[in-house]
Amino acid sequence: MIEKEASMEAQKELLAGYFARLARARDEQRPVVYTFVPGNLVELLAAFDVAPVYPEVNALQSAMRQRSGGFIREAERAGHSEDVCSYVKCDLGMMMKGNVGPTGERIPPPDLLLLSFTGCFTFMKWFELLRDQYDCEVAMLHVPYVGDGVITEAMRAYVVEQLRREVIPKLERVTGKRLDLDHLRGLLARSRRAEEDLAWVFRSARRRPSPIDAYFGGVYYIGPIFTSFRGSEDACRYYATLRGEVEARLAAGLGPTTPDGPLGDERFRLVLEGPPNWTSFRDFWKIFYDEGAVAVASTYTQVGGTYERGFRHDPAQPLESLADYCLSCYTNLPLPQRSRILADMVAEYEADGFVIHSVKSCNSFSAGQLHMLREVEQLTGIPGGFIESDLVDARYYGHANIKNRIESYLQMLGARRAGARDGANRRPS
Amino acid sequence: MRLYLGVDLGSTTSKAVLVDDHERVVGRGITNTRSNYDVAVEVARRDAMTDARLALALRDLGGDAAAIAEAFWVTIDLHRLEALRQICRETARAVPGEGPRLAPAVDMILARLVEEAGQLFSAQARSRGSFFRDIVGARFHAAAEDANARGGFDFERVLGVYDRAILEAENQLLEVSFGEVFTAAVERALLAGDRREAALAAGEAAAAAELDVAGFVGTGYGRARLPFPRDCIRSEILCHGLGAHAMLPRTRTVLDIGGQDTKAIQIDDNGLVTSFQMNDRCAAGCGRYLGYIADELSLGLHELGPLALTARRPARITSTCTVFAGTEIRDLLSVGEKREDVLAGLHRAIVTRAMSLLARSGGVSEELTFTGGVARNPAAVAALRDMVEAHYGARTINVHHDSIYTGALGAALFATRGVPAADLPDGKECTGCSA
Repeated sequence: MIEKEASMEAQKELLAGYFARLARARDEQRPVVYTFVPGNLVELLAAFDVAPVYPEVNALQSAMRQRSGGFIREAERAGHSEDVCSYVKCDLGMMMKGNVGPTGERIPPPDLLLLSFTGCFTFMKWFELLRDQYDCEVAMLHVPYVGDGVITEAMRAYVVEQLRREVIPKLERVTGKRLDLDHLRGLLARSRRAEEDLAWVFRSARRRPSPIDAYFGGVYYIGPIFTSFRGSEDACRYYATLRGEVEARLAAGLGPTTPDGPLGDERFRLVLEGPPNWTSFRDFWKIFYDEGAVAVASTYTQVGGTYERGFRHDPAQPLESLADYCLSCYTNLPLPQRSRILADMVAEYEADGFVIHSVKSCNSFSAGQLHMLREVEQLTGIPGGFIESDLVDARYYGHANIKNRIESYLQMLGARRAGARDGANRRPS
Repeated sequence: MRLYLGVDLGSTTSKAVLVDDHERVVGRGITNTRSNYDVAVEVARRDAMTDARLALALRDLGGDAAAIAEAFWVTIDLHRLEALRQICRETARAVPGEGPRLAPAVDMILARLVEEAGQLFSAQARSRGSFFRDIVGARFHAAAEDANARGGFDFERVLGVYDRAILEAENQLLEVSFGEVFTAAVERALLAGDRREAALAAGEAAAAAELDVAGFVGTGYGRARLPFPRDCIRSEILCHGLGAHAMLPRTRTVLDIGGQDTKAIQIDDNGLVTSFQMNDRCAAGCGRYLGYIADELSLGLHELGPLALTARRPARITSTCTVFAGTEIRDLLSVGEKREDVLAGLHRAIVTRAMSLLARSGGVSEELTFTGGVARNPAAVAALRDMVEAHYGARTINVHHDSIYTGALGAALFATRGVPAADLPDGKECTGCSA
């Protein structure tokens, strides 16, 4: 079991409270909006006091509780192919089985489906299926692909215009409320506070030893801010607590906390690309920490906001800021820029190597990753590791194979290090 | 003599290699990997130690060395056969109500095998990649069928006794003295006079020689099961890279197709891995795939490649999935495709999959070395040569005659280097894992 720190307990309570409030939403007359994590407009939703639901978070939470397999099989029985994204099938299967969420409470049906990120084509099809099921209002925000890696004024204006003409009117219609822009500004200001603390936490990994694991630990850290808590005092308190804990670990020269206790010896510093596997999350993590490998930076922890790279919500420009947030989503960036981000992370965090975890379900992440592997190798001069599995479908997670690849990769880095140390990797005879 | 041991516990075979302080190979052992990994490793290790001692003994025996070596290994197998015979007798006797009738029948067949031992366990038989279990099993079945054809023979029950006994026999370690076996081998080789005396003296000296294993490293598919300390375990990817480099120093790309997986490896001029790719959970296109196909066609594994090489028009096989390929074979044969053409297509399908991994790992450099059990298949080698040339132009493709030992050799070489202090969790210098 993970050695519980105050922030972990706080997060557990936040999550339990979230699902409990969600279960009461109907009784409390709060409209329910289904939306996705990348490019989510949670401050805008909070400004209308609606209850957000994140289907992919439900899927990963179900997977961590070993319940995704049953949901996926249910969806496949209903005709969805084995090749369809496992987040989608997990969500649909859960819906077919009564929409009981990961904590055992029923998730209410949506009053609105808000698609605020079109970088993932599957999201659109997913909501088409949900619309068919629930016959509810849909709001779609078309987010242009940032093909050159630069957000232009035209892109920003295009998204803002859609917020004004499409998204906000639909939220007003569903909730019967008018948007209070000052209320939204207040929410964005709190988002910014929490984002500052989270960015500081991620940057702390530049120190040796890193006090955090920015991937396996990082997915816990991003939980509140990537979902429904951004803009809340709860989130501000959580990130202030987390920052305090990391500051204390830094002062004491301690490494990250793992499920088997604090990591004693940082042998390898890695940058991770791609989402984790959720069905065997602990086993997957153990492969790394057993070898003393620490993720000092990761790209997955930026899918819900590139805070570590400098993005902040701006209360002075609320709608423009929301537009930038949607546009700067990590998977909305072109491959050369993603490669550059990885290479920069390797340099900034003084990583020994980088590992790409390619998941079968997610083309947004996985398409082009082999090309990125070569590109980052060229940019950094460091060989990369490559592993394959899936998000929430345990059938695609081969533990022995992944363990073999990771161990081989780390031994390869060790041999390179030894080779660099004595020139030809030969023990003096 | 100070030695370093490398053990490669593969899914099909377990190999052991011993090298000396100068990184010269002095002994090798190989056996089939069985249900008990510990026994398989111990058999390979003992065979490598015996091989090293035998090499010492034969060092100065000139023209007699080959005959003694052949007789030596036949003698070892005769001991194994005798142990099997004893277990068979006991197993047969234990069959309720049938023992008195079964025991002589089983014993009669094994007695015939003892008579044929010289031919049965010859170097030529071994060169086909067969182990004691395969050789004895095939001959026992043939002899039992023969006896059955003559009537009055309980075929199924006799085979049942044998099947139980061989499992027990191969999980027992053979306890024999090197000196006694060597002496028996000299007699078996029919040496006389001074040559006989010289051989016996050399055997005695070798038996008394101190062989000190100063370090060891384990690798292979089952390396986590090896009874070695954690720091003495290395990935087979690194071991194959280093082993291939030691065998053929100009190697920069290694393709290893083993029983369960395929690996494409790029190495530098020190034999260190710079990049690699391997197949994921699916064993399509690996050695096991060929084994499955051989079973489907009722052929021996070693027969597949030569037969495929006789193809005139290789069939197009679309699936490298082991199960679907079996279906596809039956479909093709049912519409009249020739067996050799289908097999040639299958070999191309395997290599096509390997080519994809090679491309992912960084391509094919000037010199590629092909390792693993599938490298012994001439049709796979031919298909690889063709496809590499088509995709990358003229390249040197090596298949070392000892390629099956590549991983174990790499492991032994890592053993000579110890583990650098900085790469150990506790930061202490590894002085060689002799525990």
